Amino acid sequence: MKQEYDVIVIGSGPGGLAAAIAAKENGADDVLIIERDFELGGILLQCIHNGFGLELFQEDMPGPTYAQHFIEKVNDHCVQTLMDTMVLDITPERKIFAINKTQGYIEFSARSIVLSMGCRERTRAQIMLPGSRPAGVYTAGTAQRFVNVEGHMPGENFVILGSGDIGMIMARRLTIEGAKVKRVLEIMPYLTGLTRNYVQCLMDYGITLQKQRTVNRIIGNNRVEAIEAVSVDDKWKPIPGSKEIIPCDTLLLSVGLIPENELSKKAGVHLDPITNGPYVDDHFMTNVPGIFAAGNVVHVYDLVDWVTEAGYVAGKGAALYALSDKKKTGENIPLKAGENVRYVVPHTLDPAHLADETIRLQMRVSTPIEEKIRITVEDQDHEVIAKANNPYARPGEILTLAIKPKAFDIVQKAESLTVNVRTR
Amino acid sequence: MSNRYDVIIIGAGVVGSMVARFLSKYELDILLIEKEADIGMGTSSANTAAVHAGYDALPGTNKGVTNAIASRMWPQLSQELGIPYEQCGDYVVAVTEADMNELENLLARGKANGTPGLKIISGDEMRRREPLIRQDACGALWASTGAISDPFAATIAAAENAVMNGVEVKLNTAFEDFLMEGNRIIGLKTNQGDFECRWVVNAAGLYADEVMHKANVRPEFRIQPRRGEYVILDKADFQLTHNTILFPTPSDKGKGIVVTSTLHGNVIVGPNANFVDSKKNKEVTKEGIEEIWSGGSKLVPAINRRNIIAQFAGLRATGNAPAPNPDIDYNQDFIIEIPENIDGLVNLGGIESPGFTAAPAIALKVIELLEGAGESLQEKLDWNPIRVPRPVFRHLTREEQAALIEKEPAYGRIVCRCEMVTEGEILAEIHAPIPAVTYDAIKRRTWLGTGRCQGGFDTPRVVELLAQELGVAPEEITKKGSESRFLFRRTKDVETDHLSVEDLI
Amino acid sequence: MAEIDEIICVVCPKGCTLKVKHEGNQMLSVEGGCKRGEKYAASELLDPRRMVASTVKVKHGLHPLVPVYTEKAFPKPLIPQLARELRKVEVPAPVKIKQVVLQNALGTGIDVVASRDMPVEE
Repeated sequence: MKQEYDVIVIGSGPGGLAAAIAAKENGADDVLIIERDFELGGILLQCIHNGFGLELFQEDMPGPTYAQHFIEKVNDHCVQTLMDTMVLDITPERKIFAINKTQGYIEFSARSIVLSMGCRERTRAQIMLPGSRPAGVYTAGTAQRFVNVEGHMPGENFVILGSGDIGMIMARRLTIEGAKVKRVLEIMPYLTGLTRNYVQCLMDYGITLQKQRTVNRIIGNNRVEAIEAVSVDDKWKPIPGSKEIIPCDTLLLSVGLIPENELSKKAGVHLDPITNGPYVDDHFMTNVPGIFAAGNVVHVYDLVDWVTEAGYVAGKGAALYALSDKKKTGENIPLKAGENVRYVVPHTLDPAHLADETIRLQMRVSTPIEEKIRITVEDQDHEVIAKANNPYARPGEILTLAIKPKAFDIVQKAESLTVNVRTR
Repeated sequence: MSNRYDVIIIGAGVVGSMVARFLSKYELDILLIEKEADIGMGTSSANTAAVHAGYDALPGTNKGVTNAIASRMWPQLSQELGIPYEQCGDYVVAVTEADMNELENLLARGKANGTPGLKIISGDEMRRREPLIRQDACGALWASTGAISDPFAATIAAAENAVMNGVEVKLNTAFEDFLMEGNRIIGLKTNQGDFECRWVVNAAGLYADEVMHKANVRPEFRIQPRRGEYVILDKADFQLTHNTILFPTPSDKGKGIVVTSTLHGNVIVGPNANFVDSKKNKEVTKEGIEEIWSGGSKLVPAINRRNIIAQFAGLRATGNAPAPNPDIDYNQDFIIEIPENIDGLVNLGGIESPGFTAAPAIALKVIELLEGAGESLQEKLDWNPIRVPRPVFRHLTREEQAALIEKEPAYGRIVCRCEMVTEGEILAEIHAPIPAVTYDAIKRRTWLGTGRCQGGFDTPRVVELLAQELGVAPEEITKKGSESRFLFRRTKDVETDHLSVEDLI
Repeated sequence: MAEIDEIICVVCPKGCTLKVKHEGNQMLSVEGGCKRGEKYAASELLDPRRMVASTVKVKHGLHPLVPVYTEKAFPKPLIPQLARELRKVEVPAPVKIKQVVLQNALGTGIDVVASRDMPVEE
């Protein structure tokens, strides 16, 4: 096993796999993926439902199938892989420290790194759910791993907190495997996942969703015996007289994903407090030279196809960085979140990059707008350099906007760019 | 394996385990029984982890006397048993004139208790030492012998040392009644059968009153569980300037809501003190969190709710026993006695704060009582007071880590990423002298699952490891024993499902 | 007797609510959507179908289950039966991606295939 690499990719989910492939395709010779599980594929291996590949391949594949396509490409490109290995530390100088059973403590150095560690799930403790601490409280992803990969059912009668996609998908999955999902509770007044999932996972199976309702307290000493549901107002304050005890043996939490950036922090990467992911430029490079990031570690995507695309951009950037002696500094025109926009990724735009290819922006709105909207990217003088329309804007669905090379002329003169979402 | 012992200790919390450990020095057949699936599942694993200097307890009470003795024992004991312990010193912070007077009271009390290293410092000095303290602090009592430790680690260390020295431990074994001959205890009835013995030590914590009442001892004594809630802050987001415990000036409710460092690296805030109706009610409540947050943020305004990563609650075994000295007006003292009306019982009760601190001194007192009752205690020639703790991977240097993985490859696989707990450590606990066989048992011993992901990543792996090592199906693995299974069945083993064609139309 | 059902269209992510007037299986009118929505409403009325994904047991595989899916959208009313049939299936490792694990499921002509390779256990 070598110690030095052109590009090291951390994590082999869709972001990491794409980055490794792109690194190879753009001239990097020694590319290594470090993966903590014993097989490649990351979270896709447990996402057995369809819905992957709609944009990139015009196909409706399950997660593992989508993953295998890229795993085969990784192998075809002779990317080196190191499995069952945990990265413990990364330095700004791009040294990586990892451990595994066979080699013990290993030290690597990389000319460039792509961080693609994905996300973790928000926990019961983080939402401060009161009550006892029995067995039977799981985050949806942990339950998904048990049901789909390990082959065990974590309960029989479920209540699901959160109408995010993972919660709804698990509602259907559990029902197919014989369990009863008694209720899905959502604290917001709107669905936080995709409408398609609401129809195909909840409505299809007769599972009731209640909005502006949440879990007030967990009941049960050894195992969950019930949850106390309560209605809330717009400020999440419980409404008196609305409590209901729902007997169940399992509570599934689908209350948000948080980009996993412990390693990024160690490497000196600065994080955006709104996305909880690194500040990135349009090559997905972070503030630390030579350290790139792609996928859910940057912000939470809703379509895996865009994760793959981001991986390609980051992998290409990482390869070019690794191979060039002169580290060129591009311009970094700030991309700001404007009207109704909660965040935009990437955070800066380099006009020189735009000269070569289209740059796709990913953004989320703060509150739902159920009317026709227009997304605009404007410079400091409100000149529109790119726009797109959409029939609506929802926080649970990422909006994308492609800035095409033809915008180069205006962009290169801009001092700053703002992305707005307005009704039209 | 006979059912006959010299001494049976009821309750393997920190007190029972310390009694077992110190008694194991003598030629006695000792059995330590515990009703739960693991040791230390009661108050011992849910408290402030403070080793109190001894200025708070009233002089002349059992609390005061044992606190003072124990406080001096801890430095050496922690070395012998491999218990994390740091004598960082603690502060009681005053804000008003009345508070300052109270500090003088505490100082006097501490001196009467024999507590060394006490000093009243000015508000400015307090702010110099801990800039994060509330800006209106007008003074503080500095107790240099105050310390922080790890009560669960102490419990397991003491119990393991006891086992090393011949003590038998039976988990899942609940006391039901005494076996008596006239006024003499000759044994115990438990849910796992009857055991004969000459002495019983009642170290049953929250249930000590129910135990002693079975022997008609102190019918008027009652334990009322008093719940204390805590929040744990993310160690990456918030730290005090130095390790310490910051107390407010105490009130009649107790020591108050503290902000303290812990030896796991997280700062914790709490506890409140509210009576609850059930000895099983360890629920964390919204109101409770508000209460402790209010107290904690007054003391240290810089703490931020966004730093909270976990919450927990513990129950104090608050009793109503008067201090043995009738001249002292105090009605919440420890019971440490051999009751007059009965032979064969060493009775401990009402062990709330400073119970963890006092545990080793209570153990010595138990021995003293036995000797006073005519037990001739013969020291074992081969008693080994040393218990070497098992390796904690994240505390080792890189070289040590590499060497450990070389020796035992299982240490090369990280199972809990947030707290860097390895498969090797988990296996070591499953095969330890008192095996960890539930998820929570492993969590208490290794601190896995207590970080940011709260077990989300490690739970499937721990369940798998436990099933593998114990040779049972994963469906048998529990969170904390008896009815707390994680998994109900295998995905494809369905008896009846709830799929209905009607829903799908 | 004419009935009006409200359904949510899933052809595009907009998720319009369609008011479908029908008499039994006879479509009368669709309000609230677009042309694609009308087609969807018709198919939902006459022959609603969904892609179904699940798992089947594997013998001697790296994992005890392999994920599978229906090659085409499957008739909705038959999904409960399909789920029950799949519970009985056990395939020996190694399994290849797209391998048929249940041929012509419930006589629909639709195969259920493996979503990934599943190698033999180590």
